[in-house]
Amino acid sequence: MLEIRWHSRAGQGAVTGAKGLADVVANTGKYVQAFAFYGSAKRGAAMTAYNRVDDQPILNHEKFMRPDYVLVIDPGLTYTADITANEKEGTKYIITTHLSKEELIKSQPKLEGKEVYVVDCMRISLDTIGRAIPNTPMLGALMKVSGMFDLEYFQNAMKKVLSKFPQKIIDANMAAIERAYNEVK
Amino acid sequence: MAKKFELNEIEVWDGNMAAAQALRQADVDIVAAYPITPSTPIVQNYSKFLADGYVDGEFIMVESEHSAMSGCVAASAAGVRAATATSSQGFALMVEVLYQASGMRLPIVLTVVNRALAAPLNVNGDHSDMYLGRDAGWINLCSYNPQEAYDLTLMAFRIGEDLRVRLPVMVHQDGFLCSHTAQNVRPLQDEEAREFVGEFKAVNSMLDVSDPVTHGVQTEEDWHFEHKARQHHDMMSSFDVIREVFGEFKERTGREYDLVYTYKMDDADVAIVALGTTVESARVAADQMREKGVKAGVVSFRVLRPFPFNEIVDALGDVKAIAAMDRSAPGGTFGMLFNELGAALMAKGKRPILLNYIYGLGGRDTTINMLREVYEQLNECAQAGEAKYPLQQFIGLRGPKLSFY
Repeated sequence: MLEIRWHSRAGQGAVTGAKGLADVVANTGKYVQAFAFYGSAKRGAAMTAYNRVDDQPILNHEKFMRPDYVLVIDPGLTYTADITANEKEGTKYIITTHLSKEELIKSQPKLEGKEVYVVDCMRISLDTIGRAIPNTPMLGALMKVSGMFDLEYFQNAMKKVLSKFPQKIIDANMAAIERAYNEVK
Repeated sequence: MAKKFELNEIEVWDGNMAAAQALRQADVDIVAAYPITPSTPIVQNYSKFLADGYVDGEFIMVESEHSAMSGCVAASAAGVRAATATSSQGFALMVEVLYQASGMRLPIVLTVVNRALAAPLNVNGDHSDMYLGRDAGWINLCSYNPQEAYDLTLMAFRIGEDLRVRLPVMVHQDGFLCSHTAQNVRPLQDEEAREFVGEFKAVNSMLDVSDPVTHGVQTEEDWHFEHKARQHHDMMSSFDVIREVFGEFKERTGREYDLVYTYKMDDADVAIVALGTTVESARVAADQMREKGVKAGVVSFRVLRPFPFNEIVDALGDVKAIAAMDRSAPGGTFGMLFNELGAALMAKGKRPILLNYIYGLGGRDTTINMLREVYEQLNECAQAGEAKYPLQQFIGLRGPKLSFY
């Protein structure tokens, strides 16, 4: 079972991102789960969303998770949220930041010694989509780091997921995914 | 004529979308609703389907849940298919009208997304609302995941509208853990689903002016008792119809449902009995316990009302220790599952060790480790041949342990 935890602010698209990823993965015949913790969170409040992926039907409904991947799509949450909670050996972190990996780890020492990747999803989404919606670029970065799907397959699958949107928005998301895929370090 | 909705063989839907799609495919004529978290997306999705031309029907926004169910009662009495959705406080406000619906023998379908009852206010999942309405004279169907929420919502129309039943039906799903958790769902295509559900058959329609009838009349001691007895009789007789509908659904989809749900009970020494998503998490825990040599199984109610008295005792067979896990504040007694299982087992001459666990209130996480701990305790009791733990325990609770008896 592959498990992913997203750290986001309500309104940044983590739930949409988690559901989009679930849609793409389900099309390959695997079983998926996508959920989030809501509470009475207002737009801007820190929140978490989750994915599970498996070859078998997913029966586990606990919220508790030891994630294989932690995706941080808001730069501030690296410092204010407990992004290393319930980590395990080999947990990989993909973090939105304008800093280099070295600068990031220096600014948040608890990431020292962990497998950390950085990508500026905020900048990428502002440049391509025109709004700070860092979810689709994060998926591009996840594809590169995890090797889950190659870029072209994933883009084609996401086009289907986004098919209800105007072509302009689909194209902008494709550009965002591609840039994050190429820029994640 | 409603437009055909393009569906993939596998959709990724949360429980709310699954229920909304089932309402759409069932061609509900009237949805009267007052949205409430976490069931809001059911009626929100439905109203969007309607606005986009995928349903021939009417959506009535009302000013409270009392009015929502009243609208459904009026529509159903008038002779059309009616359904709605609610949760928690909204369900509580509906309660008066729930009894009207069942007493008037109106086959309304209510999709309930289970949520805690205030105070303190809490939007998360537990079974307080389900327990509040369990004696309201409705058939209660229980789902554990979005696929089942979809399947059972379709089947609810067939069961409640059957001329041998004519009773309203609730379909329960867990708030957030099912309603907001997207998972693989295999839907029927629109024409298959419509064919399965069939046309609504009006009975004693109020709008049939050639044969005028009165609904909701008063009966005092002359007829009230006979009416309630007949209502109970027909509810108890609905088992056959429920089985028939489950059987026909299996022929169409391959998906099998029974009055009682069991997992690895053939050789089980210890069993968890629970409702909702916990049933599936308990399967994970049972498999882990079996790797350690503990013969663990899971039992649940697919149909909570009518109460499958014989089937639940048969399912529990000769297990040595049972955990009745209630996700609702017991309010000064044991949990409902403990009381009802205890009565059924005793009446059938079975004397397993029966423990009551109160858990998960207000959405408190129910972890696999917690369920394993329940099995560990059961196993200890089974080996000792006596209850080694208090009969009622609160688990997953912070602070000092709380237990009784």
